[in-house]
Amino acid sequence: MIHSLFLINASGDIFLEKHWKSVVSRSVCDYFFEAQERASEAENVPPVIPTPHHYLLSVYRHKIFFVAVIQSEVPPLFVIEFLHRVVDTFQDYFGSTNVGDQLPTGQLSVVPWRRTGVKYTNNEAYFDVIEEIDAIIDKSGSTITAEIQGVIDACVKLTGMPDLTLSFMNPRLLDDVSFHPCVRFKRWESERILSFIPPDGNFRLLSYHVSAQNLVAIPVYIKHNISFRDSSSLGRFEITVGPKQTMGKTVEGVMVTSQMPKGVLNMTLTPSQGTHIFDPVTKLLSWDVGKINPQKLPSLKGSVSLQAGTSKPDENPTINLQFKIQQLAISGLKVNRLDMYGEKYKPFKGIKYMTKAGKFQVRT
Amino acid sequence: MSGNGLSYSEQGGEAAPELAQEVVPTTTPSAPAAFGLFSSDTKKNEDLKQMLESSKDSAKLDAMKRIVGMIAKGKNASELFPAVVKNVASKNIEIKKLVYVYLMRYAEEQQDLALLSISTFQRALKDPNQLIRASALRVLSSIRVPIIVPIMMLAIKEASSDLSPYVRKNAAHAIQKLYSLDPEQKELLIEVIEKLLKDRSTLVAGSVVMAFEEVCPDRIDLIHKNYRKLCNLLVDVEEWGQVVIIHMLTRYARTQFVSPWKDDEVVEEYSENNFYESDEEQKEKDQKVKNTYTMDPDHRLLLRNTKPLLQSRNAAVVMAVAQLYWHLAPKSEASIVSKSLVRLLHSNREVQYIVLQNSATMSIQRKGMFEPYLKSFYVRSTDPTMIKTLKLEILTNLANEANISTLLREFQTYVKSQDKQFAAATIQAIGRCATNITEVTDTCLNGLVCLLSNRDEIVVAESVVVIKKLLQTQPAHHGEIIKHMAKLLDNITVPVARASILWLIGEYCERVPKIAPDVLRKTAKSFTNEDDLVKLQILNLGAKLYLTNSKQTKLLTQYVLNLGKYDQSYDIRDRTRFIRQLIVPNEKSGALSKYAKKIFLAQKPAPLLESPFKDRDHFQLGTLSHTLNSRATGYLELSDWPEVAPDPSVRNVDVAESAKEWTGILSKTKKEKPIEKFYSESEEEEDESASTSASESNSGSGSEKEDKEEGSSDESSGSSSTSEESSDSESDSKENTAKKTSRAAAESDSEDIKKKAKGISKKRSTSSSSDTESTSSEESSSDSMSESGSKSDSGSGKSRKYTKQKEEKPVQDRKAPNKQDVFLLDLDDFCPVTTPVAVPTAAVLSPSLTADLEGLSLSSSSVIDVTTQVSVPRKTHELLHRMSGKGLAAHYHFSRQPGIFGDRMVSVQVTVTNTSDQKIENIHIEEKKLPPGMRMHEFNPIECLEPAASITVSMGIDFCDSTQTASFQLCTKDDHFNVNIKPPVGELLLPVTMSEKDFKKEQGMLTGMNETSATIAVAPQNSARLVIIERLVKAANLGVVPSGQDNIHRFAAKTVHSGSLMLVTVELKESSTAQLIINTEKTVIGSVLLRELKPVLSQG
Repeated sequence: MIHSLFLINASGDIFLEKHWKSVVSRSVCDYFFEAQERASEAENVPPVIPTPHHYLLSVYRHKIFFVAVIQSEVPPLFVIEFLHRVVDTFQDYFGSTNVGDQLPTGQLSVVPWRRTGVKYTNNEAYFDVIEEIDAIIDKSGSTITAEIQGVIDACVKLTGMPDLTLSFMNPRLLDDVSFHPCVRFKRWESERILSFIPPDGNFRLLSYHVSAQNLVAIPVYIKHNISFRDSSSLGRFEITVGPKQTMGKTVEGVMVTSQMPKGVLNMTLTPSQGTHIFDPVTKLLSWDVGKINPQKLPSLKGSVSLQAGTSKPDENPTINLQFKIQQLAISGLKVNRLDMYGEKYKPFKGIKYMTKAGKFQVRT
Repeated sequence: MSGNGLSYSEQGGEAAPELAQEVVPTTTPSAPAAFGLFSSDTKKNEDLKQMLESSKDSAKLDAMKRIVGMIAKGKNASELFPAVVKNVASKNIEIKKLVYVYLMRYAEEQQDLALLSISTFQRALKDPNQLIRASALRVLSSIRVPIIVPIMMLAIKEASSDLSPYVRKNAAHAIQKLYSLDPEQKELLIEVIEKLLKDRSTLVAGSVVMAFEEVCPDRIDLIHKNYRKLCNLLVDVEEWGQVVIIHMLTRYARTQFVSPWKDDEVVEEYSENNFYESDEEQKEKDQKVKNTYTMDPDHRLLLRNTKPLLQSRNAAVVMAVAQLYWHLAPKSEASIVSKSLVRLLHSNREVQYIVLQNSATMSIQRKGMFEPYLKSFYVRSTDPTMIKTLKLEILTNLANEANISTLLREFQTYVKSQDKQFAAATIQAIGRCATNITEVTDTCLNGLVCLLSNRDEIVVAESVVVIKKLLQTQPAHHGEIIKHMAKLLDNITVPVARASILWLIGEYCERVPKIAPDVLRKTAKSFTNEDDLVKLQILNLGAKLYLTNSKQTKLLTQYVLNLGKYDQSYDIRDRTRFIRQLIVPNEKSGALSKYAKKIFLAQKPAPLLESPFKDRDHFQLGTLSHTLNSRATGYLELSDWPEVAPDPSVRNVDVAESAKEWTGILSKTKKEKPIEKFYSESEEEEDESASTSASESNSGSGSEKEDKEEGSSDESSGSSSTSEESSDSESDSKENTAKKTSRAAAESDSEDIKKKAKGISKKRSTSSSSDTESTSSEESSSDSMSESGSKSDSGSGKSRKYTKQKEEKPVQDRKAPNKQDVFLLDLDDFCPVTTPVAVPTAAVLSPSLTADLEGLSLSSSSVIDVTTQVSVPRKTHELLHRMSGKGLAAHYHFSRQPGIFGDRMVSVQVTVTNTSDQKIENIHIEEKKLPPGMRMHEFNPIECLEPAASITVSMGIDFCDSTQTASFQLCTKDDHFNVNIKPPVGELLLPVTMSEKDFKKEQGMLTGMNETSATIAVAPQNSARLVIIERLVKAANLGVVPSGQDNIHRFAAKTVHSGSLMLVTVELKESSTAQLIINTEKTVIGSVLLRELKPVLSQG
């Protein structure tokens, strides 16, 4: 399967290598560098690159390319998924805490995903229901497509071998789900209850998808008036952000970004709140709005100066929106109860809901 | 993360310590590369060598960490080999691990020295710790030293029969490594693969199939006997193994089954109806509908068992199932995968890329699969270009009359995209839509013509090219457009576009007679500055005009030809010469020039605008070859469906073998299928019964109490998160039935779990088996529920008929012992036996048996498709008290697992516990004193029971539908104890599912003598439907019959031995009474049952 693995950083250095079979010279990465040069951006480097003797399959995360060297036919997703897991593991291991002296231990446990002999003084189980809305809103403000990508992330610190069940008020919503392997699938199939012996620590219990066929509530709207003029080099730019279907919750962490056309020289804008930056090199406008106050809607107004001599851009820029709404799962998903079996103590339990913008785009 | 990772390896690995130790660093620390260049390697390594020779483990560990760090950075650490290899025998496991890492990297380079370490590994291969055995094998097989091939071979062979499935798994991994080192070992390795394929452990399955794929993928014959087992184990194999197995089974299925795609129309409907019906029935129908395709049950088994994996979190698994459905499922079923594939679109860009590629191939052939998800493929401006173009590809494939207007509107946005490469691709897409959907051809053409005035040259150029292609397909109305394009020629500079326009004008010059010569005039002027592509088209245009309108253009053409004659490009010179000879008649020119006009102005076929993904599915989807659209090394061809299916009986696991090897999984031959189905339905009822028992047990109320407290503690904890847990009091007050059920079910689990927990605390290895027991059975049962859930009433009615047919059959079946043995295996899965891992004495047990059990200990659950009892009322009865058993205690309960030992046996689980402080050896059964007709299937003797250990074993007893006592002796090595088992009448039954209608019909035939009834008091809290069901099902092994009336509850069962129907009706009356009616031929049992059921509802 995977022959070797190379890690390549942003400046193109191979800073780590690992070989599972005989050593493959790092010169094989030259093919990768060629492909990287051809692709204008890192994102466009093809994940699968054939070379005369090998195939290079790569993933790009945290500004690092993880390049696996393959010699023969293998399902590409097998390698790609594996590489992503490797990155996840690195992140877990190097990520938050300082790197300890402890080498990772492999343990054979009755439950493969949970180590044995777990002990905590405070036993707690927290579940975060996080939903991301991916949406495309057209010029006139109507929704072209909207989907919800939800996950339930858990942080479970429980002593021993607890067996948990989590049930929902409205499990019907979850018709397209994928589970952590700890979840007993058959039980879900028959009763719509999540029953599982959790891994220790942080893990993703479940992810689900509410497809575009369903009606998805859109919590914010953008009013925009962007015009570039052919005759003069000055254009108008005006956007206002407002709450829509928020179920009475506050929309916060609002951030507006927009990639301006190449012809835009500079922008002179005044925000009613928050801060904004226009980068004249990348032509990226970003406006950190913060919280939306429904009484006083945040707006950003001003003018756009175009490069002299260039004609007006064909397309108005797309506006990308980020936001957060605490204590709300926009799909309406609600946890009914969480029970623990198999252990005697009483754990602290908590459920948190959050809705975020995923790929939320407004076409103008 | 990068920063962290980097700094870690530098600090911990090398840079910092080096600095400290170098006396005079010659370079700055910020340039490690340069540093390495100038510092003396020997010196640096000297220090590491010293550390490695130190007596302190901590120093050694530090040194090894640095060395491994060097390896990871690609630095040469080979000269440390002697110093490192000395530590291979270190007692410190951390050091050992790192030495192993080092050896794997350098042993190949330093073969002689590496041999020094071999004896250590050989010793480690015998280590009592399975982890050490496994890693020794891993390293041994990774050091690529040809001289040790025989040692490796031996080690692999031994490891393949190791008691630990983890070691066996590593043996499977080692096979591939040895094979790549020495392909001559193939035959021997295949033997090991063959053996490991029979392994029952989920841990081994994936790895051995991987070895199979690498070493002998053509030996399909090795799979036959393991096919059903692999299908059944699949859900519980680890995710990577799942991918490999699914791909292998896809290939396998294509060689063994006939195509489900023939006569699709007929099949579609047919298979849909029959999805959940048993094959027996299919057969029946088959006789009516001749020549209809019937899917092989094994084929169906594969499809059914892979379906749940669409829910995997692993994209590779989902894709593997998707391709399996694509290549194997009836076309009507393949579409179930699209939802999951669409879900994967929210994953990382690399995953998206592969998934979109495969979806693109799928969407060409079967639009319907993705049509409902059209909008999920809409492009976002932030998508990487490669993702955008793939999405566009799919959108184009999905375009049809109904959605084209929406799509064209969407495309309009894309055309304006700032990503011009993508805009160009969109124009191509519009062109394709225009040719494919005639209704919109004109709209598209007009749209494209509008784009000709676009400011962006790339957009215009692409439009020209596409218009050219479109006009070829639509030769009717060129004039205006061609004129328009001719005008554009002055402004367009992109060569392809200019060339396209020139070609168009040349091709249709007779339709634009005035413009064409003028265009030639203009381009003749600019000829020398044009791109080669354009020059060729100018020549072309000249030639065509010369032939059609020589009067006006003769001179011009000759001028152009002269220019071409002296062009720098030989291509152009060649073409010029060729054209001149062809069109200008002279004495040298041959007969060809007569046909010049025909040659140049022949009717040309319109180009096909088609997807690059067309026909890509001749590569198996999901493979590297498919992604690259070229055959990758080692690609295994997917064969075409055979015309006639090879003998399906090769997959039957025969008796002797299964008995010996324990590999036989419930073979689903056509004969057995109905049984399974029958049972699976019974399961459903029993599942409910289980929940009753649990909800009534103390644990249920206990957990409720706990919950309340938890709820309050939650609040007091004051955690920032809002706890939205509904506390129990809340849910109680709501009192809605749905919730109640779910709670009851949840609590039923608690019981299982408590058991598990107990097991775990006692002994890890034991616990696993009990664990597996409950989980697996739980899973399988719920599986059956889902299936039966979707069944229609009539379906279940038919299934009843089945039971009858079945009952006649077993007579033959039993003679052929095949089935019983098959079930034996099941027994082992569900009877936990303590087998201490790697204790030599365990080898005395049938090795494969132990192996199996261990396999279970590592997998969370086993998948046996015969759905067995989930949780049954765990009312245990004492078989032998520990006082009278001299420390040996035994309890039994009725597991309600149907037919483990044969149709007429009631299965009994006996838990034997050793309460003494000495080992008890050889526990077995002797001196059976059974009333006439009764039979007993004993459990396998227990070789040895450690103090405080307990073992659960299963046995089967045929009680002949009577409550007579089965007496026998429970014997140990030294003692004999008389014990007996007396069954409650409720356990002599097996639940039956039938429709209300059938129930009434049967009841109508069992009246008079066959009916007994009584009026009973019903406690008010017991009058809810669920409670009644729970209580009755707990008391007796009954199946619930759906009831149309709220006050009447019906249950059906059959007696285990004779299969006589036992119909129970509870009719609630006014004032807390009810009529309890039992209809059965077996009047004696009926009246006993009536007596036993009477108090069930009256008690509080």
